[in-house]
Amino acid sequence: MSKHEMAFSSAVAKQPSAAKEPKGRSLWADGWRRLRKNRLAMLGLFIIAFMTFLAVFAPLVAPYDPIEQLIWTKGKAARLAPPSKEHWFGTDLYGRDVLSRVIYGTRISLTIAVAASVVSLVIGVTLGAVAGYYGGKIDDFISWLINVIYAFPFLLFVLSIVAFRPASLTLVYVAIGFVSWPSIARVVRGQVLSIKETEFVEAARAVGAKDFGIIFRHILPNVIAPVIVQVTLGMGSMIMTEASLTFLGFGTQPPTPSWGYMINQGREYLLSGQWWWSVFPGLAISLTVLGFNLLGDGLRDALDPRLNK
Amino acid sequence: MVANRCQVALYVSLARWLFCVDGSENMGRYVVRRLVGAIPVFVGVIVVVFILTTVVPGDPARIMAGQRGDPETIARIRKEMGLDDPLHIQMLNFFKSAVTFNLGRSYRNNMQVSEAILSRFPATFKLAVAGMVIAVVLGMTSGIISAVKQYSVLDYTSMFVALVGISAPSFWIGLLLIWLFCVILRWVPGTGTGNGEFVYLILPAVTLGVRPAALIARMTRSSMLEVIRQDYIRTAWAKGLGARTVILKHALKNAMIPVVTIVGVETASLLSGVVLIESVFQWPGVGRLFVDALTYRDFPIIRGEVLFLAGLFIVSNLLVDLSYAIFDPRIRYD
Repeated sequence: MSKHEMAFSSAVAKQPSAAKEPKGRSLWADGWRRLRKNRLAMLGLFIIAFMTFLAVFAPLVAPYDPIEQLIWTKGKAARLAPPSKEHWFGTDLYGRDVLSRVIYGTRISLTIAVAASVVSLVIGVTLGAVAGYYGGKIDDFISWLINVIYAFPFLLFVLSIVAFRPASLTLVYVAIGFVSWPSIARVVRGQVLSIKETEFVEAARAVGAKDFGIIFRHILPNVIAPVIVQVTLGMGSMIMTEASLTFLGFGTQPPTPSWGYMINQGREYLLSGQWWWSVFPGLAISLTVLGFNLLGDGLRDALDPRLNK
Repeated sequence: MVANRCQVALYVSLARWLFCVDGSENMGRYVVRRLVGAIPVFVGVIVVVFILTTVVPGDPARIMAGQRGDPETIARIRKEMGLDDPLHIQMLNFFKSAVTFNLGRSYRNNMQVSEAILSRFPATFKLAVAGMVIAVVLGMTSGIISAVKQYSVLDYTSMFVALVGISAPSFWIGLLLIWLFCVILRWVPGTGTGNGEFVYLILPAVTLGVRPAALIARMTRSSMLEVIRQDYIRTAWAKGLGARTVILKHALKNAMIPVVTIVGVETASLLSGVVLIESVFQWPGVGRLFVDALTYRDFPIIRGEVLFLAGLFIVSNLLVDLSYAIFDPRIRYD
């Protein structure tokens, strides 16, 4: 497609939306305005921002090294010490500071959430767009694939991928992403199905735009909003899945401060009264997942034009 | 030739009946059609299970032979297990065994896979039913109250609790419950099943029920709120019907469809939940069997479990779709 053709097709594509909108208010500005009014969503955003801050600045924020075993320097007193001024969240069996481990744990959880989302986005958007755009046999095949993956209980599927392979963070997020793409593909497919019939797509085709260009330049930008909602809500369940995996003892190597793994290690001691080892990582998981759920719910309300009264 | 013609006629009429060529519809036909539709999905499930448990690092024969297995033993085991066959032959064999659910014996204790799973299933079934009953009762009650008393303290509290219930990991909630009710208060035993006494069921069932209860509560609330504002409810109030009749008979029944969907989806995802909850509570069900099998790389059990649970999942989704008709006769099977 030549330059002026492209300019023409994008001008054609932009026209209908430009005509509809009052000046200076895009879908995104509108969405943000609605989102800002939603106090719970803002709380969710705050929680996620806070956790991200902790993850990025963990070495500065954490009072101790997360894998340093203080029993070697401070003696037995550092073993399973209850919460105190020195150790806000207490210490574990090896004299490691639980607060520092929880802070470093944000890195793992957020990495999983982001990386697994990227994996599921790449697969889900591509397959969903292809299925919706081309239809026919290709759509049948991809829809069948979606149904097959949906037929597995989620955690079982991830466990079957992760359990027999050497533990690594990469494996965990690839596995989680690989199992969670169908929900994104479904959303994208549905949206593409309806958008491909619109006039601006027809116009783009009329000026000779290639399929690839139509899908990526004209159709996908209109699918972003529902995908964002899906991804945000999905991140919460990805963090939960990672925690479940490591709780069962799969997916992480021992000194790594993963929240699920910490809960697993501390569970025996919970019964003998040393509750802090398991309770604080669990709180961290709950808070983070709550943040994503609140923000996801808020985004859905803010970006879903059907609810726009 | 005559027999052939008869057969063709039979197939044609069967196909007509299945695909409603004459335009009529009935439930039996719908069930058969859905079951037939599930076949390609199940074929896909079998292929995926095969790939997941075959394309893995490490030689299962070596694992079976143990640390001291000499090369000859390993070679013999490989041959017995058909590991030397080309992949497509292995896959065909797996297909045959999957369809007949004759998946061989456990590497660990030589038990038939189907026997191992079926002997564990009643415990899981009991737990899942108890969990779901708790979830439905708790979730619907609080959902209805929240909707009827919208924006009250009760509404805010129960919706906040529901949000926390969705966000907190179930295994962690289970541990907290054990800590509170078993270690501190000493009201109930913590883990295991005892001699099958009811008390042992309470904590695991509650733990399993928390998440679905929260989701059901949220869905019941929003669905009820939508229904309550409709004209026929106003008419019901205007006729002077009692609150109980209006809310439970007129409103709730029409608010049930989305709730039934959530109940169905959650019943299915309960199958993921039991894996965690059974590990926390040492509950001898299929979930723990699965985790143990993963730890010991007991591939026949793993394959059997995944196939069994995926099949259960497909069937429970079908049951959910069928149950819609009970709540809304307007829904047609087509």
